Amino acid sequence: MSPRPGFVMEVDRSTPPTLFMHGEGFRLQSLPVGSRIVYPPEALPTVADIDGAIRSALVDPVDSEPLSALLFPGMRLTIAFDDVSLPLPPMRRPDVRQRVIEAVLDLAAAAGVDDVHLIAALALHRRMTEAELRHAVGDRVYDAFAPRGQLYNFDAEDPDALTFVGETDQGEEVEISKRAAESDLLVYVNINLVAMDGGHKSTATGLASYRSLRHHHNVRTLQRSRSFMDQHRSELHSSNWRMGKVLRDAGVKIFQIETTLNNDTFPPPFDFLQKREWEWSARDRATFVASSKALDRAPNRVRRSVFHAVRAPHDLTGVAAGDVEAVHRLTTARVYDQQLVAVEGQTDVLTLGLPYICPYNVNSVMNPILVMSTALGYFFNLYRGRPLVREGGVLIVSHPTPWEFHPVHHPSYIDFFEQVLSETTDPLEVEKTYEQAYAEDEWYRHLYRTSYAYHGVHPFYMWYWGAHALQHLGAVIVVGGDTRAVRRLGFKPASTLRDALEMASDTVGRDPSITHFHAPPLMMADVT
Amino acid sequence: MRFPLLKFPLSAPTRPAGVELLPGARRSGADYDTEWARRPLSRYARLLMVEGPIRLGVHALAAPERAGLDRLEGLQGPAIFAANHHSHLDAPLLLTSVPNRWRHRLVVAAAADYFFANRLTSAASALAIGAIPIERNRIERRSADRAAALIVRGWSLLIFPEGGRSTDGWGQGHRGGAAYLSLRCSVPVVPIHIEGTGRIFGKGDKRPRPGSSRVTFGAPLHPVAGEHATRFAGRIEAAVATLADEAATDWWSARRRAAKGESPSLTGPELASWRRSWALGDRRRRAPGRRTAWPRF
Repeated sequence: MSPRPGFVMEVDRSTPPTLFMHGEGFRLQSLPVGSRIVYPPEALPTVADIDGAIRSALVDPVDSEPLSALLFPGMRLTIAFDDVSLPLPPMRRPDVRQRVIEAVLDLAAAAGVDDVHLIAALALHRRMTEAELRHAVGDRVYDAFAPRGQLYNFDAEDPDALTFVGETDQGEEVEISKRAAESDLLVYVNINLVAMDGGHKSTATGLASYRSLRHHHNVRTLQRSRSFMDQHRSELHSSNWRMGKVLRDAGVKIFQIETTLNNDTFPPPFDFLQKREWEWSARDRATFVASSKALDRAPNRVRRSVFHAVRAPHDLTGVAAGDVEAVHRLTTARVYDQQLVAVEGQTDVLTLGLPYICPYNVNSVMNPILVMSTALGYFFNLYRGRPLVREGGVLIVSHPTPWEFHPVHHPSYIDFFEQVLSETTDPLEVEKTYEQAYAEDEWYRHLYRTSYAYHGVHPFYMWYWGAHALQHLGAVIVVGGDTRAVRRLGFKPASTLRDALEMASDTVGRDPSITHFHAPPLMMADVT
Repeated sequence: MRFPLLKFPLSAPTRPAGVELLPGARRSGADYDTEWARRPLSRYARLLMVEGPIRLGVHALAAPERAGLDRLEGLQGPAIFAANHHSHLDAPLLLTSVPNRWRHRLVVAAAADYFFANRLTSAASALAIGAIPIERNRIERRSADRAAALIVRGWSLLIFPEGGRSTDGWGQGHRGGAAYLSLRCSVPVVPIHIEGTGRIFGKGDKRPRPGSSRVTFGAPLHPVAGEHATRFAGRIEAAVATLADEAATDWWSARRRAAKGESPSLTGPELASWRRSWALGDRRRRAPGRRTAWPRF
């Protein structure tokens, strides 16, 4: 049977309770009759011969010579690849980056290329651990390059490893990895999980320093990106595309390889999480009851280790290589094929069940700032056309929102939560008053460079990520969250979904339209 | 009954090639019928043996590290697993290393003159490791026909194309059996390199000395249209040599040498025997026998 597309279902009395992810757990909730539920499309069929498809893409690229024709003895070759934030959850081995990088290196070996560096393009994210790098590029590549210092994490705070390339016509500075900029060829290996990823954003963001990133990771740009997932209406992307042009004009030669994955997100026994509730088998129901009861009783640490051990059975739906923009057009079309769901009209109240993971807490804690960023930054922006919830509407989020931070990964988040959010939650005020001090703090800089900490400025970017939603929404209510943490975020806490809907009536009236966004698996609402 | 250590007439006579046996004669060697060992009860018994004592024994003796299994991702249907051969440990080691998809529907090509020398060793080999007899001392079609029939029925084959265990630590040239069967049955060949088992229990050793080993799986090789078996056998040997280089150095160095056609040969340099032995370096086998600090007078 071919995969079924996503669809919108109206709740009636025969509709079974609906699954809401709730951090490291899940709940079944009954939605009022007349509510809508947006279900994601099923996983698209995958490429039958993955290695063959990758080789074909390198031999027959889009708007570019074949990769083998760009390789020659004595050249400097740099291969940059997406970091641990992609895909989500991390995919089972072999990771698609490993397959692509090995195919590229096979051609490089045949061409007699000796000087090869591999760089994890992590911008201001935390450095990847050895285990994470091994998972991404495979043991063979890691063992061949890491011991010689030819495979490493990008360091956006190493002045000797950065080079200033130029300015865009709007005065945006472009400063990226010196090794990448000065190589004869930069091959970028991307995983395009959502439509926001890839294109010029890969290099102009992934290999850039704070000096460069601040030009598009700011409140003004992000409030004018409607949405991040629609690059033609995203100021974030416009800025990255301008920077891409600067790189091209400066002679940085980029061979872009973009891959798309299907939305097969959960392996057994959690595969019921991506099924429609009325199609759950007896085994699925038993697994739900057993696992939800066990998870409810387990300590946070155990719940986290169970979920973060999940390796998604994602599979490749396509791969394209060649010119950055031409490749990205094909990639974006493939992502839309997998994720778009047509939705007619906006809603007064949008409900979301937030999962345990977002791009910034892989093998880590989903702290309250990341809850805000995931709900208002990522899920709110999973639209094309118009936001799924109307201006002045209410967003109801289900997540435990614990007052808990990973002290190694998120040290500046702790201070941001305590020092900044206790004073103001207004993104513009936050940016104006506090950003520079955090961005230039020597201790955060030291932790970013030598430990596994996100950069000092990263929590600010997470807050700005939700700036468009904060501007758009009338209220945000968090169901089942830590009351103090939710209030610190500037949101309203509620114990149950029924309470939250009652509280929402203060903003949207007694008879609002309600829509539930049934993700994950990831999807995008195409709102008309 | 024939015993390997006893010669005719103390042991049963060998059978001349091409001579038909009398009806009802007891069969061993290449004539041994192993069909019973692929029936459900035998397979279940073998599964228990492989996953129990054999796995424990391999772990205790050879502490294997397994690499390259990800290269088999996406491989469907039966396959021919072709490995270099240093030790009697190799077959049990591979039986516990080949992924589940193939492990329990796998037959092992074993020397008819050694493993099927008498009915007792024949039955034990067929039951414990799923061995089928392969005639290696004379040219014979029946062994190949039997193996091909099994592959067509969906069984995978584990074969050591070198034809026997290494005598000096270096590999031997590949024979064409794996390539021929692959071409005949249109199934891929998975090259495998085994390192370390020769030191643990090499040819001529009386008892094993526990140590470590490494099994490296290569990417499946498919015969190219019109390719001759000899040429394909050369490709398989080259792939195993590249895996050996990968195990000794790293993947990238091995790929670069393979691209230049400079992968170190499996069979070693053509030099005097002591220099061949010297060239093995750390892969040399330790001298067998007891070591004493002082000579006994």
